[in-house]
Amino acid sequence: MNSLIPLLVAAPLAGAALLLLGGRALDRLGHWIATALAALSFALGLALFADMLGRDAEHRAVTEQLYSWIPVDGFRADVAFQLDQLSITFVLLITGVGTLIHLYSVGYMAHDERRRRFFAYLNLFLAAMLVLVLADNYLLLYVGWEGVGLASFLLIGFWQHKPSAATAAKKAFVVNRVGDMGLSIAIMLMFVEFGSFAFQPVFATAGDASEGKLTAIGLMLLLAACGKSAQVPLQSWLGDAMEGPTPVSALIHAATMVTAGVYLIVRSGAIFNLAPDAQTAVVVVGAVTLLFGAVVGCAKDDIKKALAGSTMSQIGYMIMAAGLGPIGYAFAIMHLVTHGFFKAGMFLGAGSVMHGMNDEVNMRHYGGLRTYMPVTFATFGLGYLAIIGFPGLSGFFSKDKIIEAAFAKGGTEGWILGLCALLGAAITAFYMTRVMVLTFFGEKRWQPDADGNEPHPHESPKSMTVPMVVLAFGSVFAGGLFIYGNSFLHWLEPVTGHAEGDSPLSAWTVTGLATVCMLAGAALAWQMYGRNPVPVKAPVGSLLTRAARRDLLQDDFNHAVLVRPGSALAATLVWFDSRGLDGLVNGLAAAIGGISGRLRRIQTGYVRTYALSMFGGTLVLVASTLLMRSV
Amino acid sequence: MNPANYLYLAALLFTIGASGVLLRRNAIVLFMCVELMLNASNLALVTFSRMHGNLDGQILAFFTMVVAAAEVVVGLAIIVSIFRTRHSASVDDSNLMKL
Amino acid sequence: MSYLLSATCAVPAAGAVLTAALPAGTSEARRRTTKTVALAVSVLTLGLAAAIAVAFEPGGARYQLTESHSWIRSFGISFSLGADGIGTALVLLTAVLVPLVMLAGWHDADPAAPEGSFESKRRTQAFFALILAVEAMVLVSFLATDVFVFYVFFEAMLIPMYFLIGGFGDRAGGPDADRQRSYAAVKFLLYNLLGGLVMLAAVIGLYVVAGDQGQATFSLTALTDAISSGKLVIDPNAQRALFLGFFFAFAVKAPMWPLHTWLPNAMGESTAGTAVLITAVVDKVGTFAMLRFCLGLFPDASKTFAPVIMVLALIGIVYGALVAIGQKDIKRLVAYASISHFGFIILGVFAMTSQGQSGATLYMVNHGISTAAWMLVAGFLISRRGSRLIADYGGVQKVAPVLAGTFLIGGLATLSLPGMAPFVSEFLVLVGTFSRYPAIGIVATFGIVLAALYALLLYQRTMTGPVKAGVEGVRDLKVRELAVVAPLVALTLLLGVYPKPLTDLVNPAVNDTLSQVHRTDPAPAHPVAATNGGEQK
Repeated sequence: MNSLIPLLVAAPLAGAALLLLGGRALDRLGHWIATALAALSFALGLALFADMLGRDAEHRAVTEQLYSWIPVDGFRADVAFQLDQLSITFVLLITGVGTLIHLYSVGYMAHDERRRRFFAYLNLFLAAMLVLVLADNYLLLYVGWEGVGLASFLLIGFWQHKPSAATAAKKAFVVNRVGDMGLSIAIMLMFVEFGSFAFQPVFATAGDASEGKLTAIGLMLLLAACGKSAQVPLQSWLGDAMEGPTPVSALIHAATMVTAGVYLIVRSGAIFNLAPDAQTAVVVVGAVTLLFGAVVGCAKDDIKKALAGSTMSQIGYMIMAAGLGPIGYAFAIMHLVTHGFFKAGMFLGAGSVMHGMNDEVNMRHYGGLRTYMPVTFATFGLGYLAIIGFPGLSGFFSKDKIIEAAFAKGGTEGWILGLCALLGAAITAFYMTRVMVLTFFGEKRWQPDADGNEPHPHESPKSMTVPMVVLAFGSVFAGGLFIYGNSFLHWLEPVTGHAEGDSPLSAWTVTGLATVCMLAGAALAWQMYGRNPVPVKAPVGSLLTRAARRDLLQDDFNHAVLVRPGSALAATLVWFDSRGLDGLVNGLAAAIGGISGRLRRIQTGYVRTYALSMFGGTLVLVASTLLMRSV
Repeated sequence: MNPANYLYLAALLFTIGASGVLLRRNAIVLFMCVELMLNASNLALVTFSRMHGNLDGQILAFFTMVVAAAEVVVGLAIIVSIFRTRHSASVDDSNLMKL
Repeated sequence: MSYLLSATCAVPAAGAVLTAALPAGTSEARRRTTKTVALAVSVLTLGLAAAIAVAFEPGGARYQLTESHSWIRSFGISFSLGADGIGTALVLLTAVLVPLVMLAGWHDADPAAPEGSFESKRRTQAFFALILAVEAMVLVSFLATDVFVFYVFFEAMLIPMYFLIGGFGDRAGGPDADRQRSYAAVKFLLYNLLGGLVMLAAVIGLYVVAGDQGQATFSLTALTDAISSGKLVIDPNAQRALFLGFFFAFAVKAPMWPLHTWLPNAMGESTAGTAVLITAVVDKVGTFAMLRFCLGLFPDASKTFAPVIMVLALIGIVYGALVAIGQKDIKRLVAYASISHFGFIILGVFAMTSQGQSGATLYMVNHGISTAAWMLVAGFLISRRGSRLIADYGGVQKVAPVLAGTFLIGGLATLSLPGMAPFVSEFLVLVGTFSRYPAIGIVATFGIVLAALYALLLYQRTMTGPVKAGVEGVRDLKVRELAVVAPLVALTLLLGVYPKPLTDLVNPAVNDTLSQVHRTDPAPAHPVAATNGGEQK
C-alpha cells in the first residue's frame, strides 16, 4: 500500500510534463487529462486514507524511502515520503479541492487559448504541494515549498501580457524567497546542531539542544511561514497575487498553498514546544495579521482583494492557534480545512460572478445579483455564513475552538489574544456582510465595460457550479463532522499532541461572546451598506479607510525602506564598478600608456643622436670597467 | 721608435672620426668618418700585436677590414638608394623611423 | 600505461589543426564541411570523455588512468596526466558543452566582411578551429598532474580565447562595436597574462624551494605526497608568498571580486557561444586549480588566508548580484550573475568542509550547464532582434513561447530553484560554509533573494507585458536551437533530482583534498542517535 505514496505525486507531475511537452496536439484534451490525473491522485489519497483507518492510532504513520538524494559525507538528504494523520489530512484537502478546481477551470478557462498550459501549471502545483506535505525531511519539504512558489509565480503571471500580472508574479516569488531564506537558514541550523534535518531524528533529539538554538530555528521557520502564508511583515504579495485567474486564487491563494506556513509550524511542533520565545513570536504575528487582514478586507472594493484580505486574516487565526502550542495545533489544522472549503467556495463564487459580469471586479458595480445567479448566490451565501461563524456551520466550530484556545493560553497573554480573536470575529462579520450585500443585494449598479458592453449576468455552466455546490456542502457540514466526538482532535493527536489549557471563561461564555461579536459586526455592515444606498464611486473616506485601501501602506513602506534604497544601491554599485573598479584598471592602463608615450620622445629619429647615445654608453661602460678594476 | 706614438696617432684618428660622426650630416662624410674610426682601431690593434709579441691583434685587424669592406658595400648601396628617392645625402632627412 | 587521457586531449587539438587546414572559401558548402568536421571532432571528444568517466572507478586511487611522457628531463618536467573525480567531472562538462556551443554558434562565423576579402575566406575555419583549440587546452589543464604542464596550458588558453573574443562578435553592439570588442579582448588578455606571470614566478619559486630540499620536480603528485608526509617543509612565509602567487592567477581567471572587471566586457562583446566558453569552461579552470593546486600544495597558507578569501567571495556574491540587478545589457547581466556564482564556488572551496567542497565542485558543473542554457537562449534572442539592451524587448513570450519558456527555465536554474541542479550545489556550499563560518553563511543566503530578483526582473522585462515594437518579428526556436537547449535543460533537471552519480564521483577526491589540508568537518553539537534512524533514514 505504501508504494502508492509516490504515485500520489507522480500522477500530477506526469500530467504537467505531458501537457507542457505534448504541444498543440493536446490542446483539445489536455484539460481533461489534467483533471483526470488530479482525480486519480485524490482517489489514491482516499485509498491510503482508508488503509490508514484500518490500523490503530500508533501504527498509522508510515514512511516510504525512495532513494538517496544528496549523499555527501555526513550530509544525508533523502527523497523519502512520510504519510501520517497530518499529511493525509492535507493530501485529501489538496487533491480534493484541487480536483474540484480543475473541474471548475475547465469551464472558467474555456475561452483561453493557453488553457493547456494553465492546466499543466495547476498539475505542477498539485505535485509540488504534495511533495511539501509528504516530505519526511526539511530539505525535501523545501523542494515542495519552492515548487509551489514556482507554480504560484507561473499562475499569478498567467496572463503575462498584463504588466500588472507579471509584476505581481515576480513580487510574490521574491517576497517568498525572503521567507525561503529563513527556511534554508533553519535547515542549516538543524544540520549544524543535530547533523540531520529529517523530521523524526530532529524531533527526537530536539530536547538536547539549548533553548537559544531552538528559538533561532523556530524564528527562522516562522520567517518562512510568514513568506508563504502572507503574514506580517511579508504579507504584501497576497493582494497583488489576485491578478491570477480566479481558480488559482481559490486553490493556491486561499485553500492550500498559503496555509503551508501553518503546516510548517504545526509539523515543527516538537521544536516550538521547547522554544517559548519563538512561540510568542508566532502568536504575535498571527494576532497582528488577523487584525491587519481584517482591516484591509473592510476597505477593498475589488471582490477578490477583499477576499484576499480575509484569507490573510483567517490564516492569522491559524498561525495564532499554532503558536499556542499543543492546545492549538489541532484547531489550527481544523480551521485550515474548513477554511479551505468555504474560502475556496467563495472564490469560485467570485469567479462565477466575474464570469457573468464581463470580468468586472469592483463590488460597487455589482448589486442585486441574487436573482440572476441563484446557485452562485446560495453557495456563496453558505460560505459567507460559515466564515462569519454562524452557529452550526463549519467556521463556527473551528473558529470558536481557536478563540477558546486563545483564552486558554492563560494570564494576560490569554486575555489579549482572546480579545483580539473576538475583535477579529466582529470585523470578519462586518467585511463579509459588506461583500455579500454589495454583490447580491441592493439595487443594480452595473456599469458597461471598457468596450461599452452592458453586463448580462447569467448563471455559470454546470462544470463551474458543481464544484461550488460540493464546496458549499463542505462549508456547512465539515465543522460539525470534525467536532462530533472530537473526532478531528483524536485523529491528529498522535502527531500534534494535545493539551487542555486553563481558560478563565467557560466554553459557553466564549461561544456566546463570539456570536454576539459576529452579530454586531454583521448588523453594522447591514446598517451601512444594506439600509443606505451605495455610491458607485467610492467616497474619499476616513484616514484609516484610505490607508486600508492602500493595504495599510505596506507597499509604500516596502518601497521606501527596501525597494528605493535597494535600487539606489544597485545603481551606485553599477557606477562604482564601471567608474571605480574599472576606472582603476583603465587608469592603470592609461598611466602606462602615458609613460611609454613620454619615453618614446627619446627616439628622435636622428642618426647623430643615436650615435651620441652609443658613444656615451661606450664611455660609461669603459669608465665603469676601469673604475671596477681600480677598486 | 716608441710604440706609444702609434697609439697616440690611433687615438687622434679615432677622435677625429667620432667627432665627424657626431657633427657632420652628409651621409658620405659620415661614412668616411666611420671608416676612419675603424682604421684607427686597426692601427691600435696592430700596435698592440707588436707590443705583446703575438698575432692576435693582427688577426683581429683582418677581421675588421673584412667587416668594413662588407659594410661599405651595404652602406653605400643604402646611401645611394636614399639619395635617389629623397634627393639628399643628409642623414637628418631620413628620420621616418621615429614614427 | 593507458593513452586514453592524452588521446582525449589530442583529438580536439588535431581537430583544430585539421579544421584550420580545410580548404578556404565562402561558399555555403565549404562552410558546412568545416562546421561538420569540427562538430564531429567535438562529438568524438565527448565519446572519449565518456570513456574516461566509465573507466574511472570512484572508489579507487585519487589519480587514475595516469600517464607520463618525459618532456624536459633536466628540470624534472614530464607531460603527465591523471584523472581524479573532480577533474573527470569537469572534463565531462567541457566535452558536453563544446558541441552545443558549436551548434549554437553555427552561423556566428558566417562571413560578415564583403565577399572575397581575406577575412571572410578563412573566418569559419578560424572560428571552429579556435574553439577546438580552447577545448584541447582546457582538457589538458583539467588532467595535468604536472605543475609546469598545467601552467603552460593555463596560459596558452589565452591565445585562442583572445582571438575568439576579438575576432567574432554578436553583431548586436552599437556603432563602436569593433572598438569595444578589441578593448574587451585586450583587457581579457592583459588581465589574465598578468595573473599568469605572477603564477610563473610562483611556479619557479616552488621548484627552487623544493629543489633546495632535494625534491626538484614539477610533479604535482610527488610534491603533494612530499608535503603531506612532511618530507618537504616549506617555510611559512615562503609558503604564503607562493600561495598568493598561484591564487592571484586563479582569482583573475575565476574571476573573484575585485579582479572581475574583464568578464562583463569579454562576455558582453563576444558571441553567446564564446561567452559560454569563457564563463562555463575557461573560468572553471581557475576555481578548479584553487581546489587542486592551492589547497594541495600550500595547505597551511590556504588555512591562513581562507577567512580573507571567504570575505572577498562573499562580497562577490552580493556585489555581483546587485550589479546584475542594475544592468541594462542582457549579456552583461548574465556575466555579473556569474560573478556572484563564482563567489559561491570560492566560498565552498575555502570553507574546507566536505559539504562545501563537494558543493563547490558540483557548482562548477551545474553553473556551467545552467548558465550555458540561459546564455545561449539569450544569444538566440539577441540574434533575432539585433540588440543586447533589455529595454528593446518586451512581450517576447507572446510571439515566441518556447524561447521564453526555455529562457525562464535557464533563469530559474540560475536562481537555484530546488529540483534543478544548481540548488543541490548551492545548498551544499551554504551548509558547508555555515557549519564553519555561520555569519558568512547567513549573509551568503541573502544571495538567493537577490538571484531571484535579477533573474525574474530580466524575465519580466524581456518576456512579459505587451509586445514591444521590433519584437513582433521574433520567431520561435528552430530545431537546431532546440537541439542545443534540450540537453542542457534535461541535464539541469536530471542532476537536480538525482545528483548521486556526480556526488559519488567527486566525494573521494574532496575527502582526499580535505585530508591534504588536515581539516575535518565540524561535528554536530547534538548528533541524532543512530537508533532514531539518523543513519538509516
